[in-house]
Amino acid sequence: MSEPTKEVLRRMIEGRSSWDELLGVMRAEKEPDRFRKYLEVLQERVQWHERILLPLAEHLYIVQKADGGRIVKCDCGHEFCDYRDNWKLDALINVRNTDAAINEIYPRPMGCNSEWMELREYLCPGCQTQLDVEAVPPGYPVVFNFLPDLEAFYRHWLGEALEPEVRASRAGGL
Amino acid sequence: MHMKAKVSIGWDGASLKDMLARSEQLFADTGHYYGLRELTMKERTPLLFERLYLKLRGALVSAREIARNISASPIVKELGELCFTVFTPEGDSVALSTGIIVHVHTMSDVVKYMIKGDFEDNPGFKPGDIFCNNDVLAGNVHNCDIHTIIPFFREGELVSWIAGVTHVPDVGARTPGSSPVGPMSTYDQGLTIPPQKIGENDEVFRSFKDTYKRTSRTPLLLELDEKTRLAGCIMIRDAIGHLIEEEGIAAYKQFMREAIENGRRSFICRVKRMLVPGRYRVPSFCDVPWKDEKGHLPQAARNSLVNSPLEVTVNVDGTLRTTLDGASAWGYHSMNCSPSALQGGMWVMMTQSLADAESINDGCYFALDQHFPLGSWSNPGNPEAGTAHAWHFLWSGLNGLFRFLSHGYYARGFLEEIVAGYGTTTNILYGSGLNMFGEPFSATNMEMTGAGLGARGCWDGLDHAYAMWNPESDIGDIETSWELWEPMLYLGRTVKPNTGGAGKFRGGNGMESVRLVWKSQNAVFQHVGHGMVFVNCGLFGAYPSNTGYRRSVHNTNAFALIKERKPLPSSDRDPEDSEIERLIAGDHVVDDKALTLPEPYEDGDIYVSVIQGGPGLGDPIERSPRLVEKDLNDGQVLPRFVEPVYGVVARQDAKGKWQVDEQATRQRREQIRRDRRTRAIPVRQWLAQERERVVSGRFPEWVVRMYRESIALSTDWGRDFKSFWNIPAEGSVYDRPVARSGKS
Repeated sequence: MSEPTKEVLRRMIEGRSSWDELLGVMRAEKEPDRFRKYLEVLQERVQWHERILLPLAEHLYIVQKADGGRIVKCDCGHEFCDYRDNWKLDALINVRNTDAAINEIYPRPMGCNSEWMELREYLCPGCQTQLDVEAVPPGYPVVFNFLPDLEAFYRHWLGEALEPEVRASRAGGL
Repeated sequence: MHMKAKVSIGWDGASLKDMLARSEQLFADTGHYYGLRELTMKERTPLLFERLYLKLRGALVSAREIARNISASPIVKELGELCFTVFTPEGDSVALSTGIIVHVHTMSDVVKYMIKGDFEDNPGFKPGDIFCNNDVLAGNVHNCDIHTIIPFFREGELVSWIAGVTHVPDVGARTPGSSPVGPMSTYDQGLTIPPQKIGENDEVFRSFKDTYKRTSRTPLLLELDEKTRLAGCIMIRDAIGHLIEEEGIAAYKQFMREAIENGRRSFICRVKRMLVPGRYRVPSFCDVPWKDEKGHLPQAARNSLVNSPLEVTVNVDGTLRTTLDGASAWGYHSMNCSPSALQGGMWVMMTQSLADAESINDGCYFALDQHFPLGSWSNPGNPEAGTAHAWHFLWSGLNGLFRFLSHGYYARGFLEEIVAGYGTTTNILYGSGLNMFGEPFSATNMEMTGAGLGARGCWDGLDHAYAMWNPESDIGDIETSWELWEPMLYLGRTVKPNTGGAGKFRGGNGMESVRLVWKSQNAVFQHVGHGMVFVNCGLFGAYPSNTGYRRSVHNTNAFALIKERKPLPSSDRDPEDSEIERLIAGDHVVDDKALTLPEPYEDGDIYVSVIQGGPGLGDPIERSPRLVEKDLNDGQVLPRFVEPVYGVVARQDAKGKWQVDEQATRQRREQIRRDRRTRAIPVRQWLAQERERVVSGRFPEWVVRMYRESIALSTDWGRDFKSFWNIPAEGSVYDRPVARSGKS
């Protein structure tokens, strides 16, 4: 077992690891510089130039814009909103709220009952990647999955200062 | 009147109550367990510290492995549903064995209940005393987990508490099984033993020995489980005695305190190494589909949609805060939870992921702040609220914990630790009646532990091998476990395709069993699962795992088929193209009501048990076509879903082997993206369309009631809900009072 190199991390990100390699990483100590290596690999992979501050989800990053903003951006280049707002509100949505729509994904009756629950598929407007799927009752507010405290993370946990930011935001809902 | 002088049994002449109060004050004042700003033993004599810990933990694990063989219950013997713990005299856990680690903190609550309740005065604590508890209000998950607790004395002082817990097969409730579904309150959910003394001089009182005969369908199994727990505790007591002889009492006392503070610091260190400070929202839901259920009184005969809006805050100091603000109200069923149970559920999951399982103890508890709204299913505040099957809401409500952790791990780069969630351990088969030996039986079939684990960050989920509450799960042998207990033969036990949630990495699939009722008398069986809602959620664009369903066949021609040597079904597999429907004639029942009361079954009837898969991770059309090809050839996915869900085009060769057409797959996936673009609309446009329906409450009654309950019990959640949809603060359809029975 050993701490992963950048090449190993790259294979993990791309889903090309062997099981033995992955098991070795699981068993190794969680090294303090994982985040640094990880950001370097991700930065090398994206086609755009903004600095990645935090990977938010698959395909989604919080990046530092030249104008001082900190926004959510897809690896295809589509830009959503300030990271403190819910990126889903600027996405596309397809709602499966009938039994027929749910049964396109699940054999009947192995999917939810559409009177009780619906599936909400959130897509990137740029590349139509399915970024998130919510399974919630009808009428449930859009879920704001993760709101990181970026300043605290960098200053207190990583011991680094971030560039000054300029915020441009709008209401993000729940 | 001659008054006997009171002899203190605490350290240095103090009472246990004073010791507990001092411990709590020291933590409140300093933020360190017992005020320990320095861990002098760990820092100056680290080998002594490690030696004490390893010897203690070794004794706990050994005791568990030996004592479980006393039990006759497959739940304990094969599945390992037991656990042993050592506590400080104040009741804080120092170390645990493997097993049902949900009980890290529950037995701690019981010890503190006894101390704060002045048990030290009456009945008192002496060497050789035996205490017992299964009461949720004192500290427990549910009443089938029975505790045995003994004190350890040295030189007149109570140095430690030692406790063991086993999960027993039946608690004598209105309906059968270890976690009965059907009781409406504590008054019909069976055996309740509040903390009490049940023995002296290492022997259980003769007056207690008939308790299980009067209160359980499986009294012998409960009696042997009691011997299991007591034997384990005594083995541990002896081991601690040897340890103290080798290392000294002063070292042992110091070690106990430092171990807990070390546990607290270790947990915080792990948080800071692996997560990101911030707010994580990971709601889950559960269903109770009992509208017009004839077997219930009106207050229980209703549909309920249960909201578990779990939110976790990772603080800058590395501590965590969890809240279920917005949780639904408690109900007239057996699935409510106590805060003790929720804390236990939290730890059983943390020890599988973030926390270092080898050093888990109550130190982690001191790094966590938790909030459960009073009046909700998570904190009923009403002793009537039934809790015998607390797991039903626990395992659905806490599914979000793995998602929360995964968001943090993803952000930090620890992809190898990501798990999208888990399948709940359902369907559970419960039953009772007379078995093939003409004897009363109570069935709790534990093959539900073969659920699917959710997809990992860079790998598929674990197929049919995971139970959230016992990661050492074992589905048990057909012939030597279940067919010996239940008057039902297995026709088949197979992988269930399409139970794992679709994704770039799919969730682990579950499994299914097909049973034929045989040599039974007056048998009743029930289904316990989730049929109406998904209880987990996919991660990063994947889908949740399957919902459960009920399939039974009554008045079948199965025996005629056997006599004529004609084929019998071994699986349901694809419920829309079922082998059971094709081969078996009879009265088929197929629906999504996966949570039932006990129903009569006759010999020849068929019962299907579908065990849930785990949720997926990532966009399904990013899944490697080679993995989809392997799934097809392994029977892990139904072919008709491969193209619409994964965008993979594959064909079978002459030998039936599936092969992917890579070019056609690329084209199909491009088409799927175009179709998505055509079908989807901007979220804000959808919200504007949806708002009118939300404001008017045009949803099924149970959906509206869910929102009313959440708003009534949690001001903040209610405010946020209304703010999101721009609903007036007062006077909306959601502000009407919630009735406690029938429709709201």
